[in-house]
Amino acid sequence: MSSMNTSNLTIETLKKMFSENKRFDSRKLFDLRPIKVESEVSNKAEGSARVFLGKTEVIVGVKMQLGAPYPDSPDKGNLMVSGDLLPLASPRFEMGPPGFEAIELPRLVDRAIRESGMIQLDKLVVTPKEKVWTVIIDIYPINDDGSLIDAATIGAVIALKNAEIPGIDESGNPDYDKKTGKLPLSKETAPFSFSFFKLGDSLILDPTREEEEACEARVTFGISKWNKQYMINSCQKSGETTFTKTEIEKMMNIIPEKFDEVNEKLKKFL
Amino acid sequence: MAKESKETKRESGRKLTEMRPMMAKVGVIPNADGSAMFAFGNTVAIAAVYGPRQLHPQHMQNPSTGILRCNYDLLSFSVADRKKPGPSRRSQEISKVTQWALLPAVNLKEFPNTVIDVQIYIIQADAGTRTAGINAASMALAHAGIPMRDLICSISVGKLDKDLVVDLDKSEEDFEGGEGPTDFPIAKFASKDEYTLLQLDGKIQPDVVKKILDLADEACKEIYEVQKNALKAVVETKVAEK
Repeated sequence: MSSMNTSNLTIETLKKMFSENKRFDSRKLFDLRPIKVESEVSNKAEGSARVFLGKTEVIVGVKMQLGAPYPDSPDKGNLMVSGDLLPLASPRFEMGPPGFEAIELPRLVDRAIRESGMIQLDKLVVTPKEKVWTVIIDIYPINDDGSLIDAATIGAVIALKNAEIPGIDESGNPDYDKKTGKLPLSKETAPFSFSFFKLGDSLILDPTREEEEACEARVTFGISKWNKQYMINSCQKSGETTFTKTEIEKMMNIIPEKFDEVNEKLKKFL
Repeated sequence: MAKESKETKRESGRKLTEMRPMMAKVGVIPNADGSAMFAFGNTVAIAAVYGPRQLHPQHMQNPSTGILRCNYDLLSFSVADRKKPGPSRRSQEISKVTQWALLPAVNLKEFPNTVIDVQIYIIQADAGTRTAGINAASMALAHAGIPMRDLICSISVGKLDKDLVVDLDKSEEDFEGGEGPTDFPIAKFASKDEYTLLQLDGKIQPDVVKKILDLADEACKEIYEVQKNALKAVVETKVAEK
């Protein structure tokens, strides 16, 4: 795979195929690639997961640290999401300070998880107003073939699901060899993220890198279930074109369906 | 139930769909090719446009189109806890979504190899800063004479527990209880139902999204009038001066 930009020829071909509900890999526009998940891939982490979406591979780990609460939430633990687009994962990624993509990816995963209320941060207080657990989710793409945000969100959710809280030793520091039980999570809520991409008048889900590069705009939604209702928790539009009201309504109809589909596939990890 | 909804009435006394008083002024920065101020109540944004001008470094130039660069930031004293000067991850993200919000409206193909720089700063913040910034920037672009398909209007629609609410202020953004606060900043073409900014934090049922877009459409009509009048005013003053 070279790091060349998508050719106009490819873009035109994709535009035509999308308008006929076809794709290079014979999927329909809203079909997802096969999802494969492994949990507990790194035993030093409090929780971890590896996610494959087709050829896209992402590893996500959860670490926990003790620290002071944020002044605006003295009775809650903290959540931090970070991501690093390793040059290992794609010829597109380079060493050096994070570009916008590397900033946006963890922010979108953060918002999907935080706003869904999946992590019960109020149960992560050690000493009220003084000492709380900080949950740190680190995202590393290993092979980028598109849909990194959606893959990373799945990875983060599953890593959280198997995360265990470390012990605390006599001097008040974390004892990472001891485990004191599961991370407190809402039983009902596990968010997923779905990014719709637009090329011409067509919308697609779960693009490959090539499709993603050809597309003109993207909108990412975080969705979860809360009190038995589907809830959109986060949203961000990117790209140089617009989405029409009809398109947004269409996406709102598809999303619950896709949420159920992924939920069903990943049931044993959740 | 009725009692509950009374409790979630707005502190400011505004009706659920009532926006804060808006203010707009064009031509606030004489050095700039285009500039404007836009305020939603206590949130005040200023924007300057420089360009189209030659882009340096040269290797960033694009011979098939001009490029649009946006920078959004808060002045350090515009918020309760002083904001450390310089870009943060938040401001970098807002800069980028602002660029995406404005891009569909600007015809950059007419200016190959050039850059149009949009600089947005918040003087006073009381929530809705990105939307105020986009409204100001859209006027500044028009004021700079950049060919545009339409003006961009931007508004934040929110949900406080179950009530849909237009133009949240900071106290409402920090609302707690029920389904919590949801903030849904939206930008669109003034005269078409095409959306250029969609962002959201909170909890919203998929079937409520359409209602939110409808509320944003109504609000944007009012914003458009304010923007249009401010742009007209600057032209009329110029004519009068001659």
